Amino acid sequence: MEGLTEKPLTGHLKPDGEALDISEYEGYGGYEGLRKALRMGHSEIQKEVKEANLRGRGGAGFNTGLKWSFVPMGKDAPRPKYLVANADEMEPGTFKDRFLLERNPHLIIEGMIIASFAIEAETAFVFLRWEYTLAAKRMRRAIAEAYERGYLGRNMLGSGFNLDLRVHVSAGRYICGEETALLNALEGRRAVPRSKPPFPQTSGLWGRPTVVNNVETLSNVPHIITGGAEWYRKLSRSGDGGTKLFGVSGRVKRPGLWELPMGTTAREILEEHAGGMADGFSFRCLIPGGASTEFICEEGLDVKMDFDSVQKAGSRLGTGTMIVLDHTVCPIAALHNLERFFAEESCGWCTPCREGLPWVARLLGAIEDGEGEPGDIETLREHTRSLWVGKTYCALAPGAMEPLKSGLAIFREDFERHIREKGCPSKRERG
Amino acid sequence: MPKIYVDGKECEAAEGQNLLEACLGLGFDLPYFCWHPAMRSVGACRQCAVKEFKDENDARGRIVMACMTPVTEGARISIDDPEARAFRAGVIEWLMASHPHDCPVCDEGGECHLQDMTVMAGHVYRRHRFGKRTYRNQDLGPFVNHEMNRCIQCYRCVRFYCDYAGGRDLSVFASRDSVYFGRSEDGTLESEFSGNLVEVCPTGVFTDKTLKKHYTRKWDLQAAPSICVHCGLGCNTTPGERYGRLRRIRNRYNGSVNGYFLCDRGRFGYEFVNGDKRIRRPVLRERPGEEEQIDAGEAIRRASLMLGDGKRVMAIGSPRASLESNFALRELAGPENFFSGLPDNEHKLLRLVLDILKGGPARSPSLSEVGRADAVLILGEDVTNTAPVEALMLRQAARKRPVEKAVSRKIPEWDASAIKTAIQNEKEPFHVAAPFATKLDEAAKAVYHAPPEDIARLGNAIAHELDRDAPSPEGLEGRIAQLAKDIAEDLKDAKSPIIVSGVSLSEAVVKAAANVAWALEAIGKKAALSYIVPECNSTGLALMGGKSLDDALKAAAHGGFDTLVILENDLFTRAGKEEVEVFFECFENIIAIDHTATRTTSAAGLVFPAAAFAEGTGTLVNSEGRAQRFFKVFDPEGDIAEGWRWLGRIMEESGAGTAWSNIDEVLESMASEVPELQEAIDAAPSAGLRMAGQKVARAPQRFSGRTAIHAGRSVIEPRPPEDPDSPLSFSMEGFQPKGLGKEPPPELIPQFWSPGWNSPQAVIRFQDGTNGGLRGNDPGVRLINPAEAMPGYFREVPGPFRPRKGEWLVIPVYHIFGSEELNALSPPVAGLIPRPYIGLNPEDAVKLEAPPGEEVALKAGGLHLKLPARHMPGLPEGVAALPVLPGVERLRLPQWGVVARPKESAA
Repeated sequence: MEGLTEKPLTGHLKPDGEALDISEYEGYGGYEGLRKALRMGHSEIQKEVKEANLRGRGGAGFNTGLKWSFVPMGKDAPRPKYLVANADEMEPGTFKDRFLLERNPHLIIEGMIIASFAIEAETAFVFLRWEYTLAAKRMRRAIAEAYERGYLGRNMLGSGFNLDLRVHVSAGRYICGEETALLNALEGRRAVPRSKPPFPQTSGLWGRPTVVNNVETLSNVPHIITGGAEWYRKLSRSGDGGTKLFGVSGRVKRPGLWELPMGTTAREILEEHAGGMADGFSFRCLIPGGASTEFICEEGLDVKMDFDSVQKAGSRLGTGTMIVLDHTVCPIAALHNLERFFAEESCGWCTPCREGLPWVARLLGAIEDGEGEPGDIETLREHTRSLWVGKTYCALAPGAMEPLKSGLAIFREDFERHIREKGCPSKRERG
Repeated sequence: MPKIYVDGKECEAAEGQNLLEACLGLGFDLPYFCWHPAMRSVGACRQCAVKEFKDENDARGRIVMACMTPVTEGARISIDDPEARAFRAGVIEWLMASHPHDCPVCDEGGECHLQDMTVMAGHVYRRHRFGKRTYRNQDLGPFVNHEMNRCIQCYRCVRFYCDYAGGRDLSVFASRDSVYFGRSEDGTLESEFSGNLVEVCPTGVFTDKTLKKHYTRKWDLQAAPSICVHCGLGCNTTPGERYGRLRRIRNRYNGSVNGYFLCDRGRFGYEFVNGDKRIRRPVLRERPGEEEQIDAGEAIRRASLMLGDGKRVMAIGSPRASLESNFALRELAGPENFFSGLPDNEHKLLRLVLDILKGGPARSPSLSEVGRADAVLILGEDVTNTAPVEALMLRQAARKRPVEKAVSRKIPEWDASAIKTAIQNEKEPFHVAAPFATKLDEAAKAVYHAPPEDIARLGNAIAHELDRDAPSPEGLEGRIAQLAKDIAEDLKDAKSPIIVSGVSLSEAVVKAAANVAWALEAIGKKAALSYIVPECNSTGLALMGGKSLDDALKAAAHGGFDTLVILENDLFTRAGKEEVEVFFECFENIIAIDHTATRTTSAAGLVFPAAAFAEGTGTLVNSEGRAQRFFKVFDPEGDIAEGWRWLGRIMEESGAGTAWSNIDEVLESMASEVPELQEAIDAAPSAGLRMAGQKVARAPQRFSGRTAIHAGRSVIEPRPPEDPDSPLSFSMEGFQPKGLGKEPPPELIPQFWSPGWNSPQAVIRFQDGTNGGLRGNDPGVRLINPAEAMPGYFREVPGPFRPRKGEWLVIPVYHIFGSEELNALSPPVAGLIPRPYIGLNPEDAVKLEAPPGEEVALKAGGLHLKLPARHMPGLPEGVAALPVLPGVERLRLPQWGVVARPKESAA
């Protein structure tokens, strides 16, 4: 089949960094998935995607087909229904969705149309991070092209299916990436998460059934329909289906982004694709999937980068974009930086997150500045327990605690020396 | 009822609640902030964490928020679990990180939910060593003080103000640890319910600014159960007093009446009691301009001379005086000489309302029933301004059906944010027909602005749609016929529809409302019929009988009367100045009994100082027909006494019988004389009741300084005043209700307090399950009950409104602040009273070349007023509006008049 490659997401991108326009996209077999989908039943599409084991690329790793299957279908279902592409990519160290938005917008649009058709949604939104101005421009242009060719709007390709697609540019908060906070923001309310249940699939945008999927997730959908679940699963080196955009930032030789099979090891990504550490820098550890995952050290590098394997290794795949810490980075400073980010991005709704994170950030700042006190490590450790899943309203604070929790164990010596020696030892050593 | 296990104890929990509500209802102490019984759960504060176990073999369990976890059969939880306790203490530690710890100078201190919960959660030692965040405060107007540094971000304020009460000018700003609750800029809060923030806020962010002016700690306030006197709804209140001054009003929970909330008129109108217009000693005025204070005995002697010896006496009662005082007056003058003091139209409308409610099958609903209605039709009433708390209840009714729909989609009713998401702005059967735009319009699915006649026609058309036997208006416009059809459908579909009307406009509107309710009854639907009445005892006075003020004016003009006795009524607020002056000329003697100096008391030769509501005991009947007792809060200085007490003494002096020795005796005589009021005696227990051999203490057990209060005068401590009228003592000595199971009847609970619960939240310890009525029944007894039989419909339907050339139909407009006499005398309220105006349809105003603020002249009913024009959206062409405000002469409205530019009218 034309268009099918080992790299369904990035295989046909233009080398000059421009976006594929609609003719180029169609030239590679674009919108064939949609044509096929329109001939399939809603449940058939859902089943195919479920069997492909496409798992949510926003970081939670929930089976996409399964997520769709909770949407009430048929005549009695509440209407209108909505599909939202979560393009509010604000996870520190993560730049994978941006790549797709800027380079392959039609792939996202096609994925969104198929997803909307699968759940009978009549309106879809791209909820876009506000700093992504180039992406906004390219997405809007691509949407206009798709309308022109009859892929969007009323009676799409003569199928009787109607879909409107719009870009909504976020006002710019990290919490908007949380799907329910995103929905509140899209409704024009404060970006505060909602409690679940009810899940968005039953009571989402304006109280109607809604599916929120990550941009990368949706980009996989056309190929699953074209190539089938089995082909898609085989792209992977593990149980999770398909490929994944992996990224590396930090002091490596070639920081960047690559589409690789699910289950590629961290070591292969780091050493082969990113070219290993830059000269004069040695590897200390990495955060595998954006800021809200636990550290992986040298001995963990052989972990297969897929949802279950990384979880088993004590961390999370998250967004699959790793931040590498080298020997010159003070881990306390790095953690302080991260926690300050999370504290600032707390929406202020629940007490543990709103009040706990700033305290954590200030404690880390104090320790970094040589003003740490002996009890501080215990206070931090308590926070890693009390800002945990179920105790906070949403996953922001638990996410923030993941690097801290592992950092307190891995860098215990660094913490103690900072407190004992009233300052950063490495800074002092470097003069 | 599902069984749950709390720390191993088997308990029965109420269906459809969450674990927090269940635990609180079962009497467990579990701290919380963001949950509120009326607004339910949002899961923000994370304070009510408990451990939940899967089954009896699960020893690990997991922490859950009790407020976000439904009660399920067999649920096993632990409040005492060490991890849960540690987490709850940790939440307080977080909340305290930036709290200023300024309790000694905070008005909330001593009744602060944050203090209570801190003690309950067990956090004691501060580890947070960094700076505290600070905010700038705002001037929110005369009622509410703002101190944001104390905020613990529970979000209750905005949830009440915006989601519950429909306010728009209070919001939450910013994010993370700098979340700010306030207005976009300084300015008076616009909601009529802003004062509730004081009680909704769990700490001292929003406090009572009127209390601040004469501050007293809660534990030093003497209190008694009371009833609001500022409109006809009879909301239950708790006034607090110290050193002879009324310090504040708090809500008193009554599950069948006002629930948890009051309006700002009711909460802040009280300061008239402390006002400098108060009458504290009898006044004798033998010649105009000369007045002297005389002692009580002398005053009574003089009164008896004016009344006895074959003198013909005319008595004028009052809708703002108690049943007892009105009855005593009726006794003094005889039923045939007893007049209500209300102008003809209002007097007749009130009687008509009574006839409708007693003669027909539609029942007058309690306020809480209003909040539970699932379809609403308002006919001709601006409820927000005439009966504010009813408007608040109606806003809840507007959500009723959407909420039910969400619940049918398995969203728990207590999950407030999920409900909010699910129902969005869905508008369900809520229809408003009013003569101009009203605040409740925004809750309505359909709004109809029309003159009184057309409102009545719409009502009749709806009735006719429901039941073809009901009369049909002739020549109805197609658009209105369709509207009537739609509304009729909505009412028919409802389980508990309610028709709301009132005496603001006209007889035709009152009758139309009855026809709609009766038509619903005729097709087998239980319909509630709520008539709004203007004053705190309008209904009681109507039940008492008597004739109107116009009848009195006529009778007096005929001559033959010697003495006029006026009880708590300023006739200049009832009729035109000239009419009243001519009336007064007909009498040799005028005796006035009132608590506040008015133009009427100034015209009286003998004035007796009456008790204001907080200084006496009596019974009021609200618009539902519910008789409720208010008790003396404090023993006032001077000779102040209840109207009935003065009248009893005067009658005894003049040889007309023995004075009643207490209120129970008055109620007994009233029961035998006025059968309709017989049951008023059951509104509260009689004075003889004792709890464990004691009276119930008015003052809290921590009340301080009793021995020192009078030390400046004498070191010998005076005996506390006696109270012959109630089982309440003027002291902290006596029975203290604690909410632990043994309580006096709820009518007698002065303040809700329970060990560990010093804030208004203590009421949960007195409720029959969380959010239930008060244990031992909500106070009050209904005097009005519907008839079984269906009366005939009111047949006469008015023709359509026809504008007249050069004339305007002048209708009254009511304002929450100012349209009731007493609240206008309260300084914090006075500043918010609108300046008098003449309301015009914007088109009419253009024709008259009267831009807003331009003076126009109104000529009607022999009066000539010059007032600035106000453009009123929704007011129909050919209709003008005159506000009922201090300083605006009284006209009998509606009536036709001429509006013109002053120059033209002068010509």
